[in-house]
Amino acid sequence: MPENQSSSSKSTLLQLSSSDAYQRWRLLKDKIVAHAVVFGGLSIILAIVLIFFYLLYVVFPLLLPAHAEAVNQYSAPEQALGKTVFLSMEEQNEVGVRFTDQAKVIFFNVADGATIRIDPLPIPEGVQITSYAHGGVDKGVIAYGLSDGRALVVKHAYKLSYPNDKRVITPSIQYPLGQEPVVVDNLGQPLIKLAVKLGDKSNTLFAKTADNRLVLTNLSKKESLFDDEVSWERIDSDIDLPSENIEFVLMDKEQRNLYLASRSGELSVIDITDKSKPTAAYKLNVTSQGIQITSMEFLNGDISVLIGDSTGLLSQWTIVRDKQNHYSVQKLRSFKVSDSPLVTINPEQRRKGMLVADTQGVIGIYNSTSEREAIKEKAFNGKPIAVTLSPRANAMLLETEDAKIHFWTVENEHPEVSWSSLWEKVWYESYPEPDYIWQSSAASNDFEPKMSLTPLVFGTLKAAFYSMLVAIPLALFGAIYTGYFMATGMRQYVKPGIEIMGALPTVILGFLAGLWLAPFVEKNLTGIFAMLFVVPVVVMLFAYCWQFMPKTIRNKLPEGWDAILLLPVIVLSCWLAFVISPGIDALFFNGDLRIWMLKELDIGYDQRNTLVVGLAMGFAVIPMVFSIAEDAIFSVPKHLTTGSLALGATPWQTLAKVVILTASPGIFSAVMIGLGRAVGETMIVLMATGNTPVMDLSIFQGLRTLSANIAVEMPEAEVNSTHYRVLFLAALVLFMFTFVVNSVAELIRQNLRQKYSSL
Amino acid sequence: MIKAWFKSGLPWIWMTAGAVSINLLLVLGLLMLIAVRGLGHFWPADVVEYHYKDRQGQSSVIIGEEVDESLLHKAQAISAGLEVLNGADYLQQYLIKTGNRDILGTDFRWIQDQYIQDKTTPEDLIAVERREWGNFYGRLLAVKQNGQVIAEGAKAWPVAQEQIEKNLQLFDEIDHLQKKEMGSINYNLERLRLKQRALELKNEWDDSKKQAFAKQKLAYEEEYKVIQAELLKLNIANKCCSIVVSEAGGREISIPLNRVIKLTRPNAMSALDKSIEYIKNVIAFISDDPREANTEGGIFPAIFGTVLMVMLMAVLVTPLGVIAAVYLREYAKQGFITRLIRIAVNNLAGVPSIVYGVFGLGFFVYILGGNIDRLFFPEAAPAPVFGTPGLLWASLTLALLTLPVVIVATEEGLSRIPKSIREGSLALGATKAETLWRTVLPMASPAIMTGLILAVARAAGEVAPLMLVGVVKLAPTLPLDGNFPYLHLDRKFMHLGFHIYDVGFQSPNVEAARPLVYATSLLLVVVIIGLNMFAITIRNNLREKYRALEN
Repeated sequence: MPENQSSSSKSTLLQLSSSDAYQRWRLLKDKIVAHAVVFGGLSIILAIVLIFFYLLYVVFPLLLPAHAEAVNQYSAPEQALGKTVFLSMEEQNEVGVRFTDQAKVIFFNVADGATIRIDPLPIPEGVQITSYAHGGVDKGVIAYGLSDGRALVVKHAYKLSYPNDKRVITPSIQYPLGQEPVVVDNLGQPLIKLAVKLGDKSNTLFAKTADNRLVLTNLSKKESLFDDEVSWERIDSDIDLPSENIEFVLMDKEQRNLYLASRSGELSVIDITDKSKPTAAYKLNVTSQGIQITSMEFLNGDISVLIGDSTGLLSQWTIVRDKQNHYSVQKLRSFKVSDSPLVTINPEQRRKGMLVADTQGVIGIYNSTSEREAIKEKAFNGKPIAVTLSPRANAMLLETEDAKIHFWTVENEHPEVSWSSLWEKVWYESYPEPDYIWQSSAASNDFEPKMSLTPLVFGTLKAAFYSMLVAIPLALFGAIYTGYFMATGMRQYVKPGIEIMGALPTVILGFLAGLWLAPFVEKNLTGIFAMLFVVPVVVMLFAYCWQFMPKTIRNKLPEGWDAILLLPVIVLSCWLAFVISPGIDALFFNGDLRIWMLKELDIGYDQRNTLVVGLAMGFAVIPMVFSIAEDAIFSVPKHLTTGSLALGATPWQTLAKVVILTASPGIFSAVMIGLGRAVGETMIVLMATGNTPVMDLSIFQGLRTLSANIAVEMPEAEVNSTHYRVLFLAALVLFMFTFVVNSVAELIRQNLRQKYSSL
Repeated sequence: MIKAWFKSGLPWIWMTAGAVSINLLLVLGLLMLIAVRGLGHFWPADVVEYHYKDRQGQSSVIIGEEVDESLLHKAQAISAGLEVLNGADYLQQYLIKTGNRDILGTDFRWIQDQYIQDKTTPEDLIAVERREWGNFYGRLLAVKQNGQVIAEGAKAWPVAQEQIEKNLQLFDEIDHLQKKEMGSINYNLERLRLKQRALELKNEWDDSKKQAFAKQKLAYEEEYKVIQAELLKLNIANKCCSIVVSEAGGREISIPLNRVIKLTRPNAMSALDKSIEYIKNVIAFISDDPREANTEGGIFPAIFGTVLMVMLMAVLVTPLGVIAAVYLREYAKQGFITRLIRIAVNNLAGVPSIVYGVFGLGFFVYILGGNIDRLFFPEAAPAPVFGTPGLLWASLTLALLTLPVVIVATEEGLSRIPKSIREGSLALGATKAETLWRTVLPMASPAIMTGLILAVARAAGEVAPLMLVGVVKLAPTLPLDGNFPYLHLDRKFMHLGFHIYDVGFQSPNVEAARPLVYATSLLLVVVIIGLNMFAITIRNNLREKYRALEN
């Protein structure tokens, strides 16, 4: 920098003149200060870059692809005890378990496959195992169907303890329905297909018997008042349906629906809400001709069914209620996994994701909400017989036909987020159609987070649009008058007066908007709209009549003070608008505009709505737009306007053709900065809207903006969760938007300043 | 004629003038609305007794303050489920603050003018301000001490006042013991525990220290016991008296005097009495702690928190802002870099405040604070010390937010200092740093002040980022107290702006709290506009001064 060089050349002069310690100390100080100041100045850029990169740093993991890695591979432990029918692992990824077809439960060390414990299940003598089923992967419930029409229900559970500050996991087997098998088929036929779900009070088992009957058994708990003994109340029923082909059976955890599918693609849904009277509800084909169903499993929450077919296609089906209250089974989406039949599906236990594997050893991890393919890899050669994801979905076990278990770790932190789940319509479970929804959290584990930013961006832009609609005319017209026509004496007070408005805390504006303006507007809706017409008309009328006033009176008002004169006129006209509004109501709207709108136009009215926000936030934006636009207009060089006036143009012509044209970049940047402010404003929208994230264009409905959403949800978001990062993404979107708007406005303003100084 | 008038452009000029007038009216109207509602809150309103005969023909007596009225058009009234008598076009309604929430369930009630039979303001009606359940309105019957009536009828009033005076004194003593003395002991005990934990972590916890600690602990516990005994005594004394009052329905109720803050007879007050009462109310509002989930009482902790946070912020923002401005004006060559910095400054000013909040929470609280905890306060784990929102982080976040204000104002001040002054200093042999420190900055100090004041005004009104980085609705302790290290940067605090949001929108009884919110708003507006006016005045004076210098 030349200036620095010149200062250093000066210091060499000083050095020549005196070289004692004190002088050196002075020069050193000078240098230190120079460096410190330069660093301080540049740190402003650093600050803005830091904010940007920090936001990006938090958001970034959302964009990272998932990652899976093979850790170990070992032979399945205790192969002599039978083939695996069900594989699972506990939360810490330390203990795995395999259930065999000989009713043995083998707990093993996940890392190396060493056996930890073997539990033989109490299968009665002389009875064979004919089928098995799990009662929800997250519940750990397994049922074996037996050849005498009974079923044994067991549960694997884990206890954590910390002897000597070391974590020890103790696996165990429990019998939720007792050690004695439960009778499912009263006729004692072998159960060849089985489904089971246990609830707090009610437990339901369903089976297809060897002689092709479908039987349902419900056991509900009866707690005796007098002793601790638990007795079971039984309901048995038969389902009358052709059943020869039924291959896959599933029952949801509410024990309300039963999904039966044949290999050829016929899916029937049975309503079993009334356990004594199951009724067939739906029947449809879920695959095209010649394509077979090869696997079927619930997605977490048991609301939708995942069906894998012989062409390697995974599809998600669910019962959907449309707007006319008709129910039907619909396909929500499908994933093309591979070209080979999909043999196993394992749902994630806490998210709407799943692990699938095909006959060729290709595995895929998908998320249904975001339609994201997190992982697809060829994990091994051959056919898998059991796959499982750990409860936290950060590890998986895959067992192949040759009884090899593969242990993989999975890094898939934020599968629910994708471009489509954030910005596009998503067909959520139990919604009638794809939609934009923001609903980020709920109490239950199987809740499907709905994180569409679209309604929030929509709300932000809607609020900003209506507030700009209020602010732009008032601010720009005001700026034009103040900057060009107003007398200096008056301008001196008016400008800071309006600018001070910008210093008012927005929390006060929001409070007034929510608690004073909203009820006021609700009560005087007609009056507010009447004002829009009455005020300009009255002002015009007054101006027209003013020119006929005697000159003596007119001359008393100095030039450029007209605004003072209008103050009482506007107050009067507002009052007039409110006075005539009941008359208008009575004449056109049967006495009340709001009720009339609801009845005749079907427009609902929220008390805290966009109109209120528009008025309040418009008020907040006015000072900023006014101030910058006024500066631009006022600093238009005087010789331009005087030249125009000298050539015979009227003041208005001069204004329209010279002043506004010259100042237009400044006015534009004023509007841009105002927009930036309106988009980022938090407290007003937080307090004056109902904060409902709806996408509705109506001015009488509420909205939720990005900023208010952050303010509401950020304190509750768990650090580094998907929700937390999505909120940071919302902040980043706000930041980027205002960054672009402000930078453009600032560049325009800097250019304008240069232009003026050259004029 | 009209055509020519339109062509002249005059009507459009009038329209632009109209826009200015509307803007001015909006400002004035808003300020007046806040002022009227905020100031009205403190005036002791008359307590009115209505004889009321409702729609079902049932007669009742209603006692309360009239706080609002509304005129409903017939159609609106009917759609709201009300009837309009005598074919009137409008329905006049009054909102009555009936108080007595413990008896009636609500504080407020709308009554219709058409059902009012009679409306009087008898002098013997009393208003009782209670520590809980809001106000009580009714009549004073007697004063009791330990269950015995000690004054009745006309004598009851002076005796009751006397007793309340005593009770309030006792209450102050109890409060002091509980909050100050006991709070201090608890704080010291907690510090002792943390010290012990720290020693344990460092493996320096041995028998000698164990004994020393046990001794200290015992001393504190002894002290605690003494205070507890004293408290017990005071509490018994405090519970001795009660007043017997009758409510509008005629039921007799006993109110223990230790639950009473104030007993007034607004109807019997003269204008002067009311004025004195008004001033007392204002003082109480500013100096008292809030009660009943912030909907009653004063706002002292909020004022204190706001001021403290803003002061800390000022300490942080001033050097940063001044250095940046000095760089831009005095050191940097005007060109690409300065242009870039100006854009950065403008962007900092334009970034939505909530984004600062998000940044503050993520970066300051979780990253900086989390690491500070790990390095310096391992003994407190798992409880966070600085790894949670608090005063320091709030100040730092707002310092970042107000940085552009200080930079812009300081830069303006620097740009107005004539070059000749700097050149003179340099010519006399001063270094650049000396010139800056001895001549330029002192001359620019009023401009720096201006920037600082504007920054303070902005920070005092900002709420959105604070909601994420340290403000709470009710802080149990002030961030500044008599316990070492006196200023507790890690504590959460209360803030006027957040108080407005919280009481106005999150409180269970919004209607009752509304006047308080207006009063708080008024205070905040007065402070902020005052600060802004002050800054503008300084700036104007400064401009005059430099103009003189240049000539």
